[in-house]
Amino acid sequence: MSRSPSGDRVALWRNPAFRAYVLQGVLLAALAALIGFIVTNTMANLEARGISTGFGFLDERAGFSIPQTLIEYSGDSTYGRTFIVGLLNTLLVSALGIVVATIIGFAVGIARLSPNWLLARLAGAYVEIFRNIPLLVQILFWYFAVLQALPSPRQSLSLLEIVFINVRGLVIPDPQPLSGFAATPWALLVGIIAAITLGVYAKRRQARTGKALPIYWLGAGLIIGTPLLVFLLTGAPLEWSIPELTGFNFSGGVRVLPELVALWLALSIYTASFIAEIVRSGIQSVPEGQVEAANALSLPGGITLRKVVIPQAMRVIVPQLTSQYLNLIKNSSLATAIGYPDLVAVFSGTTLNQTGQAIEIVAMTMAVYLVISLLVSALMNVYNARTLLKER
Amino acid sequence: MLYKNKFMVAVPAALLLGGLATTSQAATLDDVKEQGSLTCGVNVGLAGFSAPDSDGKWQGLDVETCRGIAAAIFGDPEKVEFTPLTAKERFTALQSGEIDVLSRNTTWTATRDNSLGLNFTATTFYDGQGFMVSKDLGIESLEDLNGASICIQSGTTHELNLADYFPSRDIDINTVTFDTPDQTAQGFAHGRCDVLTSDTSQLSALRLQLPEPDSVEILETLISKEPLGPVVRQGDDQWLDIVQWSIFAMINAEEMGVNSDNVDEMRDNPPNPGVARLLGQDGNYGEQLGLSNDWAYNIIKEVGNYGEVFSSTVGEDSPLKIQRGMNALWNEGGILYAPPIR
Repeated sequence: MSRSPSGDRVALWRNPAFRAYVLQGVLLAALAALIGFIVTNTMANLEARGISTGFGFLDERAGFSIPQTLIEYSGDSTYGRTFIVGLLNTLLVSALGIVVATIIGFAVGIARLSPNWLLARLAGAYVEIFRNIPLLVQILFWYFAVLQALPSPRQSLSLLEIVFINVRGLVIPDPQPLSGFAATPWALLVGIIAAITLGVYAKRRQARTGKALPIYWLGAGLIIGTPLLVFLLTGAPLEWSIPELTGFNFSGGVRVLPELVALWLALSIYTASFIAEIVRSGIQSVPEGQVEAANALSLPGGITLRKVVIPQAMRVIVPQLTSQYLNLIKNSSLATAIGYPDLVAVFSGTTLNQTGQAIEIVAMTMAVYLVISLLVSALMNVYNARTLLKER
Repeated sequence: MLYKNKFMVAVPAALLLGGLATTSQAATLDDVKEQGSLTCGVNVGLAGFSAPDSDGKWQGLDVETCRGIAAAIFGDPEKVEFTPLTAKERFTALQSGEIDVLSRNTTWTATRDNSLGLNFTATTFYDGQGFMVSKDLGIESLEDLNGASICIQSGTTHELNLADYFPSRDIDINTVTFDTPDQTAQGFAHGRCDVLTSDTSQLSALRLQLPEPDSVEILETLISKEPLGPVVRQGDDQWLDIVQWSIFAMINAEEMGVNSDNVDEMRDNPPNPGVARLLGQDGNYGEQLGLSNDWAYNIIKEVGNYGEVFSSTVGEDSPLKIQRGMNALWNEGGILYAPPIR
């Protein structure tokens, strides 16, 4: 044994780094063995009980219908496709919810700090009411108390006889593109690119000369104006399918399910109350001196808020906002209470029940939520890194 | 089972896997005896089949079936724990051993019997999928439903039947899916859909929950066969037999004219050898099942024969007033037919 206290050669087992590796390795092996044990045990149990296993069921005919599908789907589609349909429905309501919750949340959060007494109190009341009522209760409230109290299709409320609201949802005219319409989306893309370019130019110009361009108005003009101009120049190649009451229901038009609306409203309003508090705390975390300094430069209130306060507040807001977004996505699984066909309802609900493949389906569902959450988290972290205070 | 659940507790998946690992494969009877009561999965609330009454006591045909099995095992119909389950939860609860028997208006189908690790025991109610509509719509046949919205419960065979039936006849329908019978009925009552579809027995029950039961009608056309009955886990033949023969005993008792009122008298003076065998005065039919010989006597004494249970839960003595129809005995124009006890 070559032991030397002064240390050019130490026994392997006395090397801390080596010992750490061995320990970690043993731990990893134990974990792998445990997982292996669980898997084999489960398989053995399932086998013994005659419960079929595997993912083969994904190719089988589903044989049930789904009321809202963003992609082509019928009862003849496979269980694999119900998975995609459910996933897209979950993503749809989550995305809609995140957008609206963010808008309401920021508005209420800022309003809560308003010097206007009434506005501040109303915002405070909003937060306290919607933050403290369980989400499920709110979903059921919107669905059963509000939307289900609407009139039947025959007595629909209508707007100019082209938009109809009834207990079955909202029916709006459906645009049917004719030939030549394809130019319009391209024009929209051009408009967006032009607006971004203009934005970059305006920023440089302001840095150079100190003069600001009315960038929001110009940008909006470019993004809306360009496609509109092209649309009109190509002879407005769009036909509208106007909803019409035939028999039981409206034919033509696009229908927005009341289940989607109820879930969207509840998720947005509930999550917004948390976002409002996050925004408030973020703004309050910005030192008073920053606002005073802006005032001393006689910056208008709006610009102070937009260019001085919010950018600094974002550093506090973003990490918490991420959690709220994740919560919203996960909470969308409460859809099953009112029959909105989200992933949990159609896949880990109906599909699980029809096939009985509990383990596979629950695993897939969990994996989906995990992946969505990690993706959102990663995106928000990228954003967070970019808005971090740059120490120079 | 070879493996016990030593490590399962720590694992997130323990809920499901742990359950599968702990309940022993065979000898459900021993487990039930050890627990001192039968754990029975029932519907969360369906009048006539399983619903708590105003005193909080579970009532209904499915519930009485459980009481019958408990009476056969313990001689006491109250030794049952009822676990309310939604359509989506029911099979997992049975597979994982959370319940001993599932008595929850469950349709006997090939998939469920063959690939879910389950065994259907007997049919306690022959049903079919029907449609309930508002009378003022003037619907006469299913063809008139073109364009209609249909409220339906998720995780049921009804969802599959609809997708089989309507597209092949070029009738266009929209489905609206809910989780529980109650939510489905609410959706219908609020006008979210024009039609409510389910087993006709369920429709009769849900109809009574509507604000105006007389404003709706149940169409005569049925689009499916729905044999409903208790389910047990696969791989325990003795347990399967106990549940199965408890039901057969109730049906045989009705056929022989043995009911809860005359069962004592019949036992003491059996009018024929069949009754003597049923009531344990001849042979050892109870012992063959691993029960006491008066198992059938206990069921009939404590719960009643099939006809008594039918009439008090869903039939003429109940608010539902469902006709015996198909569920009459084979010798009275129905298809109810239990193998003989001999």
